[in-house]
Amino acid sequence: MSLSNPETMNLFWSYGVCVIMLFVIGIYCVLATFNLIRALIGLEILIKAVTLLIIVAGYATGHEALTQSLVITLIVVEVVMITVAVGVVLGIHTYNNSLDARKIRNLKG
Amino acid sequence: MHLVLILFFILASLWTVMTRSILRSAIGLAFTSVILTIMMFGLNSPLAAVFELSVCAGLISVLFVSTISLTQPYTTEEVLKRMKEMFARFRFLPLILLVLGIALSFAKITPLANLPPGEIVKDPRIVLWDLRRIEIMGQILVLLAGVFGVVILLKERIKK
Repeated sequence: MSLSNPETMNLFWSYGVCVIMLFVIGIYCVLATFNLIRALIGLEILIKAVTLLIIVAGYATGHEALTQSLVITLIVVEVVMITVAVGVVLGIHTYNNSLDARKIRNLKG
Repeated sequence: MHLVLILFFILASLWTVMTRSILRSAIGLAFTSVILTIMMFGLNSPLAAVFELSVCAGLISVLFVSTISLTQPYTTEEVLKRMKEMFARFRFLPLILLVLGIALSFAKITPLANLPPGEIVKDPRIVLWDLRRIEIMGQILVLLAGVFGVVILLKERIKK
C-alpha cells in the first residue's frame, strides 16, 4: 500500500468521493431540519465521514496503526458528545415540551 | 467489493436523512455504522472496526432510541409539512454543491504529500499505550467530563 500504487490511489479517490457525498448528506440534514434529534443524527453522519476519511488515509499511506488509534479517540469523543447532547435535548424537551429548534427562544437577547 | 460497500453506505445514510419516521432514522444510522464497520475490516483496521460496531452501532443507537421514546415525536401530517418546507428551502443546495465541485476539480490538490514513508509501528495497541499515552489520559478526562455533564443535567431535571 503506497500512494505511488495506482490501484491504491483509485481506491483512495473512490472513498474520497464517498466521504464528500456523506459530508453533503450530513450538512443537509443539520441545516434542513428543525428537529434536534435529527440534527444530532446529521452530526453523527458528519463524524462517520471523518472516521472513514482517516481510515482510508491510513490505508493509503500504510499508517493503519496510527489512524486506528486516532479513530478510537474520535469514537470516545463522539460518544461523550452525543451523550451530553442527548441530555441537553431531553432538558430542552422538559422545559419547552417540544423538540422544535424554532421554539427555543429562552436565550434570545 | 469496495464499490458495492460505498454504494450501500451512501444509500443507508440517504435513507437515514430522508426517512419520515425519526425512529427509522435512528435505525438507519445503526445500519450505516454496521456498513462502516465492514469497510474498516476491509481497510485493514480491525480494532477500530470493533470499536465502531460496539459503540456507534450499539450504544449510540440505544441512546437515540431511548431519547425518541422519552420525547413525543411529530405526527405524520406535521412530518409531511416539515419535509415540504425542507425541500422548498434547500432547492438550490444541489446546484451550489455542483458548482463548488466543478470549481474544486480545477484546483490541483495533491493530498498526503509530506507523510513519512512506511509503517513505524504495526500494532495499534503499542501506538495507543506507548506512543500516545497522553491521548489515553485525554480520553479518560473527556469521559469523566461527559459523565459529570450528564449527572448535572439529570440532577437539574429531577429537581424541577
